[in-house]
Amino acid sequence: MKTQIEGAVIILKDNIDTDQIYPGRYLELVNPEEIKTHCLEGVSPEIAKHFIPGDIIVAGRNFGCGSSREHAPIALKHLGVSLIIADSFARIFYRNALNLGLPLIICKGLSEKLKAGDSLSVDLTQSVIKIAATGETFDCEHIGEHALSILEAGGIKPLMKKRFQKKEGNERS
Amino acid sequence: MHAIEKILAKASGRTFVKAGEIISAKVDFAEINDLYLQTIKSFDEMGGEMVWDRNRLTFVFDHYAPAPTIKSAAIHQEMRDFAKVNHLTHHFDINEGVCHQVMPEHGVICPGTIVVATDSHTTTHGAFGAFGTGIGATDMATVMMTGELWFRVPEIIEIRIEGTPPKNVLPKDVVLSILGKLKADGAVYKAIEFSGSYIKQLDVPGRMVICNMAVEMGAKTAYMQPNDAVLKYVGERAQFPFEVHYSDEDFAFSETHHFDITHLSPQIAMPHSVDNVVAIEAVPQIKVNQGFIGTCTGGRVEDIAIAAKILKGHKLDRYVRLVVIPASKEVLQTCMKLGYIQDLIDAGATISTPGCGPCLGAHEGILAPGEVCITASNRNFPGRMGSVAAEIYLASPATVAASVKNGYISDPRQV
Ligand code: SF4
Repeated sequence: MKTQIEGAVIILKDNIDTDQIYPGRYLELVNPEEIKTHCLEGVSPEIAKHFIPGDIIVAGRNFGCGSSREHAPIALKHLGVSLIIADSFARIFYRNALNLGLPLIICKGLSEKLKAGDSLSVDLTQSVIKIAATGETFDCEHIGEHALSILEAGGIKPLMKKRFQKKEGNERS
Repeated sequence: MHAIEKILAKASGRTFVKAGEIISAKVDFAEINDLYLQTIKSFDEMGGEMVWDRNRLTFVFDHYAPAPTIKSAAIHQEMRDFAKVNHLTHHFDINEGVCHQVMPEHGVICPGTIVVATDSHTTTHGAFGAFGTGIGATDMATVMMTGELWFRVPEIIEIRIEGTPPKNVLPKDVVLSILGKLKADGAVYKAIEFSGSYIKQLDVPGRMVICNMAVEMGAKTAYMQPNDAVLKYVGERAQFPFEVHYSDEDFAFSETHHFDITHLSPQIAMPHSVDNVVAIEAVPQIKVNQGFIGTCTGGRVEDIAIAAKILKGHKLDRYVRLVVIPASKEVLQTCMKLGYIQDLIDAGATISTPGCGPCLGAHEGILAPGEVCITASNRNFPGRMGSVAAEIYLASPATVAASVKNGYISDPRQV
């Protein structure tokens, strides 16, 4: 995982729930390439159409509240979202994104300080966010060792694969 | 320690845990619903072969029951095959109902246990003194492989509820009023214990309604100390041995909130947010196109009974719909025996078979643009039940019944 992330921002409000991130009527889709085309459709169908991979989502409070559907972070990840910054995250969404290796950090009040078109550069290990144009910096909450180790592995799946391969290897030896 | 901490400590092989710690805990029961074929794909991808314990994992087909599309039918088919290959002891196909109702009925939810499901409303099982929490597909795949999951030990908020509410003011109104005060992110990453004289005497269905909606405040889990009603219910059904935990008297909650519900009015969550809650007196005359009684929040015998009582002998306006979906087969059978289904059909209701129905906009009563629905379910997010241009009002089943009876949102204390 990259710990230095740069990208333009897409600003969203408080309480963006998983029905807005990924509407229930598309839950039967399983192919991520199809899933991503409906990303944030409940906010506006235009977002996925005009999305540039690498863009950063900056939202208000309680991002990802509601249903536990993993389609929501899958859609964001495959659309090419490089990082999500919010005042706070709903718990299941937070875990799901982390498990998929999609970085997310908490920075209270950042969404109110930005305008459309701003670009950020973010250092995840130092927990610092900089507005590219003005050089203004903001401290964010440290991601935590446990979360960072999952992100660095690229999500839970590679970690589990490693663990199970090891186990089998041990049994054989 | 709190009872929740004792549950987590026991499951992680420790004698003590405290808020903020990351632990790895053994899961007692895991459930996957039919939105989550993804779990099987991830399980395969990670190198899984057979699930860790065939007695402790089940599938419940509820969101697409019965299958409304070819794609959802194919999801059922693949999951069914997996259940067969793994010889899962419990399997709940399209004939059973909503997971959070079906599991307690079949005795797989017990006090003092850790329950995870691919569904945010798994907080429901706090009604039984279990640690229930929702997880996503990748987390579930790791549970399927190892029977364990990492948790952060949560801070715990106490919500004390005292008093007895007026007639036709229901547990749903109580929890909506709390949600209106604490807001949709009032308990993010925390656990909630509901306590007080109201909870002590509350029956099993009422407890389930309140714990169910704890997740709408962002809670990781909900907890109620098991009472006699719970112990009787579980005692008749339990599939596993269990232990009831009690909090130590000196346990300090991170916050305590007090609610007195003696004079509570029926509550409505207005579009499009679960915490946009007002007392019914403040709601103007709003015409309704559809009422919905059902789901893991409002589809139990008591919910259908009160609707039947309000609507018995009455005929709905021909342009107003009422969709009623019992939460489980057991609920449907009981309601048939007691005559409620007959009364509701006579009044003009549409009855569907147990499952989630239109709760998440999949089928069986979804909404057109501009339509207004009053519902006993739990979420009114934009587009949740169909069109993003529909309006969803959350209320108790009594308020839903009174509203479809009059054709506009109405106070059930006056019917
Ligand atoms: S009834 Fe609604 S809230 Fe409950 S599990 Fe089904 S879709 Fe989710």
